[in-house]
Amino acid sequence: MSVPHVLLALLSEGPKYGLQLREEFEAGTGEVWPLNVGQVYKTLGRLERDGLAESEGTGQDGPQKRFRITPRGAEALAAWLRTPPDLTSPPRDELVMKVLVAARVPGSDAHEVIQAHRLYLLELMQQWTRLKEGEARDDLRLALVVDAELFRLDAVTRWLDAADTRLRRAAAAPPRPAPAPGPAPIPQLRRLGTRR
Amino acid sequence: MSQPGPGSESAVTVLELRGVSKTYGQEPARVRALDRVDLSVRAGEMVAVMGPSGSGKSTLLTIAGSLEEPTSGDVLVCGMELAGMSRGRRARLRRRVIGYVFQDYNLLPGLTAAENASLPLELDGIAVPKARAAGMAALEALGVADRAARFPDQLSGGERQRVAIARAIVGGRPLLLADEPSGALDSVHADEVMRLLHEACQRGVAAVVVTHDAQLAAWADRVVVLRDGRVAGQTTRPPGPESLLTPEEAR
Repeated sequence: MSVPHVLLALLSEGPKYGLQLREEFEAGTGEVWPLNVGQVYKTLGRLERDGLAESEGTGQDGPQKRFRITPRGAEALAAWLRTPPDLTSPPRDELVMKVLVAARVPGSDAHEVIQAHRLYLLELMQQWTRLKEGEARDDLRLALVVDAELFRLDAVTRWLDAADTRLRRAAAAPPRPAPAPGPAPIPQLRRLGTRR
Repeated sequence: MSQPGPGSESAVTVLELRGVSKTYGQEPARVRALDRVDLSVRAGEMVAVMGPSGSGKSTLLTIAGSLEEPTSGDVLVCGMELAGMSRGRRARLRRRVIGYVFQDYNLLPGLTAAENASLPLELDGIAVPKARAAGMAALEALGVADRAARFPDQLSGGERQRVAIARAIVGGRPLLLADEPSGALDSVHADEVMRLLHEACQRGVAAVVVTHDAQLAAWADRVVVLRDGRVAGQTTRPPGPESLLTPEEAR
């Protein structure tokens, strides 16, 4: 996650203390993503080193130090906001792997595996929805985080549905006359996943 | 939360399906739409039924709503067995106990929002002033009382669905059956519809919501997954959302 840039964003509102930054970071993400103090100071140190932020010259160290964003930091923040994250190489998804493996291991029921994951995902979505129903109702930032999480989980359940249907069709259809020889898609995925 | 929650044993079972099967056609072209389905829904509980097309979810809803009879098995609504009920009694039960929400709202275009909302009570022979008062109360509960005098074509999609929900719960109907209730609404408006349905449940209504959308199903207290007419699994009541918030040990 882009902790440095979120800290820069908070500093762009005005000079702030480290502890204050941590609190605002957590509040700003609906308290869904925790951040420890050590991480805040380590990141601030790096921002200072790179000239993106500077501490106020009081000479003293530690929690009493206030940080402010530099003009270069503001430029870096603006550039980061407009740079799309790298979504080109598919992540090696553990769930995808499990279903692929279940589909080829003799004696394992891929549909059962899919169903178990589906129920787990639905329960997780129910929990996020309770959050949406309650706390996120009056907290716009939390609502945005909850939406993002629900859309992500929703996409996974849809993939499970599609996988379920595809596996059923494949099981019902007669084998193709000219079966493509070669390995199952797992090695292929690995190759894709490591391509940069 | 002082009211008995949906998970509490003391809550009344409003809808119960026991070993319900439904087949269409004759051998060898027999289609089994539902296969020994058990489902019970308590007062205050919202159950979502999910499944791909052809999984039997719409059949389940029409059977629960007494619009169709099962081939075998029992359906009980508020403890009353539907089998063996006369047509007249069954129609009365439908009017008084069950509210329906459809994806295309099904409001009558020639009636105002208020008239649409009170219609089920008027059809049931309740005096117009009394029915209208109940209709207004239902519109109020759904936040569209100020649209009472408008006709459906003067309402937005979201408002129309609110009126449709008001009509479904008017007069305190204990069972609400909804088929893809958020229809073609975008996700934020669909959320609003689900929130309203869930609020109705929190006031004591039992609801069965059929949907293929996991995000909408997630509003329910319990999600039942159908596959080939069978209950392939269901979620157990999830813990509160606290578990998702910043865990202490991660600090």
